[in-house]
Amino acid sequence: MSEKFDVIVVGAGPAGTSCAFVCAKNGLNVLLIERGEYPGSKNVMGGVLYRKQMEELIPEFWKEAPLERPVIEQRFWMMDKESVVQFGYKGLEWGQEPYNNFTVLRAQFDQWFARKAVETGALLINETVVTECIVENGKVIGVRTDRPDGEVYADVVVLADGVNSLLGKQLGFHKEFRPDEVALTVMEVVNLPKEKINDRFNLEENQGCTVEIFGDSTKGNLGTAFLYTNKDSLNIGVGTTLSSMIKAKLKPYDLLDYLKTHPMVKPYLEGGESAEYLAHLIPEGGYRSVPKVAGNGVVVVGDAAQLVNAIHREGSNMAMSSGKMAAEAIIEAKKDDNYSEASLNRYKDALYGSFIMKDLEKYKDAAHIFEKHPQYLRDYVPMMNRAASKFFTVDGTSKREKQKEVLKSVTDERGTFKVLKDIYRAWKAVK
Amino acid sequence: MHIVVCVKQVPDTKIIKINPKTNTLDRRSAPAILNPYDAHAVQEAARIKSRTGGTVTVLSMGPPQAVAVIKKSVEIGADRGYLISDRAFAGADTLATSYALSKALEKIEQESPVDLVICGKHAIDGDTGQVGPGIARRIDIPPITNVIEVSKINSDEKKIVVKRKQLNGYELIESQIPCLLTVEKEINDIGYSPMPNMIKAARYEPVIWSVADLGEVDRAQLGLKGSPTIVGKMFSPPRPEGGKKIEGEPTEQIKELMKLLEEKIDLFCFKA
Ligand SMILES: Cc1cc2nc3c(=O)[nH]c(=O)nc-3n(C[C@H](O)[C@H](O)[C@H](O)COP(=O)(O)OP(=O)(O)OC[C@H]3O[C@@H](n4cnc5c(N)ncnc54)[C@H](O)[C@@H]3O)c2cc1C
Repeated sequence: MSEKFDVIVVGAGPAGTSCAFVCAKNGLNVLLIERGEYPGSKNVMGGVLYRKQMEELIPEFWKEAPLERPVIEQRFWMMDKESVVQFGYKGLEWGQEPYNNFTVLRAQFDQWFARKAVETGALLINETVVTECIVENGKVIGVRTDRPDGEVYADVVVLADGVNSLLGKQLGFHKEFRPDEVALTVMEVVNLPKEKINDRFNLEENQGCTVEIFGDSTKGNLGTAFLYTNKDSLNIGVGTTLSSMIKAKLKPYDLLDYLKTHPMVKPYLEGGESAEYLAHLIPEGGYRSVPKVAGNGVVVVGDAAQLVNAIHREGSNMAMSSGKMAAEAIIEAKKDDNYSEASLNRYKDALYGSFIMKDLEKYKDAAHIFEKHPQYLRDYVPMMNRAASKFFTVDGTSKREKQKEVLKSVTDERGTFKVLKDIYRAWKAVK
Repeated sequence: MHIVVCVKQVPDTKIIKINPKTNTLDRRSAPAILNPYDAHAVQEAARIKSRTGGTVTVLSMGPPQAVAVIKKSVEIGADRGYLISDRAFAGADTLATSYALSKALEKIEQESPVDLVICGKHAIDGDTGQVGPGIARRIDIPPITNVIEVSKINSDEKKIVVKRKQLNGYELIESQIPCLLTVEKEINDIGYSPMPNMIKAARYEPVIWSVADLGEVDRAQLGLKGSPTIVGKMFSPPRPEGGKKIEGEPTEQIKELMKLLEEKIDLFCFKA
């Protein structure tokens, strides 16, 4: 009979690696299985890594992790065809310890993070696909891989296999996605010399900036775009829910091309060289789409459990936290050698008591509402641009007069009642 | 049967970039991998072991991170591995490398006598193919290069029969063992390593030897000091230019192509 481990973790993304790391640190015998050539080789992320959840695993990780730049400025753009209304925050305190968040390139970051798990004692095996969970008497007892003699056994199997969790589906934990539960995002890494990045974004050495772009970046469809600064490259990407994409007959790469050549965006990329092109799904179903997260001998973490806050583009941090919570539940379960669903539901309880499920619950209707009422991104963003243009154009009209005009143009376009209703609806969705 | 396989960590030259200013390899631009020919050498050793029983030991020289190629070899089927790693080895050419490896081989031999040494045909970052024969010469066993098949091996009679690739055919060679083989890729297909090997490799900690561990060594023959080779020039091979596009109706195109092929028949056949 093949070897038996305490824990088998499937997938070496942030969720799986966090779980493996915490388990190994507590003396459990852990096998971490990754299908990529190395952890991160296929993983996609806009690139903002949050300090808090990472620090809970590895204090002062910024001293050794391969990070790109600490983010000291976050910009938000409401973009129309030939204009943009911007707001944001820049603070030097974010450029100092303990920092706020960082841009990262996942191919490097995941590899480093997995190495930390290996250093604490986890065994990592790459280039191996887990094809199914081995189930006996209603209990998961191990996994089958695509290698010869590929069965391995464990007390607990952790599914950290990412957004389209085939293993979770096989166990019947969740169903196929509906097109409005996932976003399809495409991104590109564009190489650009450091000096150019610093000039264009008004940054100094070791300062980073993130730009979130709404409105015309998705041609008014439900979704967002981003532009992030790495050391000597930019990450630019755009995504919309699959359902909007189908409805508007958009092709993701056309949308990215549209964004890259948009007059508000193009000057930032000028002279850059495309280094990588990536496409990936993001689970955006939110609270209602979260599947069963614990069963007999099995738990589900990270994207595989749909733990993404689409409104705040938080995913990797939820992945890490959920991985850690699952590990803590497994460590407890090991104490009384009980890996039943009831015992592993400690993880579920921790998850539902944490910021993750609280945040997902807060926004549980948001995506649905924005999808059903496309006017927010489609109509209000251009309206804001027109209003700003009017307000800031000096043409001899008094400011009071201008305010009136601006307000009137908005209510004229949609009608006072509708505007109030839209505002109320949006407020309810995110309150 | 104790088989030692010499392996090298190399940059993946399918991806590597050449710095156009200095004409040197930009080693950071490509991931480090097990030299592909060496992977076949390890695989062949594992295959022989499955017929005769015994042990497969791998040996490598390189920086500490080269333990990765030893672990990779364990995935393929090696039992254990040694890395010789020391600043004194740095900058070695093929002469100094074969000296250092032969010293390590002597040390392995003391622990358990070696019946066969296998190397890859050449390393893809230098393409010289000199280290294998260099080792054989130093430990005084016959080298057989460009092997495409191990046809027979008999450890009792201390005999081996191998097929050796030639430009227009192959040679069958019988030799005594111990001897040293360098192998071509066609000698075997590298299978998908079984899970138990993967687990074993993930757990395996290769033994690392420094110069001091190798016993009596002439330091003047190591590393840069022991390397008389001077690299005159490095350049990317020029891109083939010109060529001819055949146009017209498909049947016309085929006729034209056949005519051209017949005219240039020498390019496709080796003269006997
Ligand atoms: C374009 C884009 C931008 C994003 N931007 C941000 C951002 O800025 N900040 C943020 O916090 N989040 C962001 N996210 C979300 C974030 O990337 C995810 O939430 C996070 O990666 C989830 O981590 P995970 O470990 O659950 O899954 P993943 O990172 O997807 O890892 C899953 C791993 O499992 C492996 N795997 C899958 N199936 C198998 C199998 N059968 N056998 C073996 N291995 C398997 C995969 O190869 C992969 O390594 C973004 C996502 C996208 C697509």
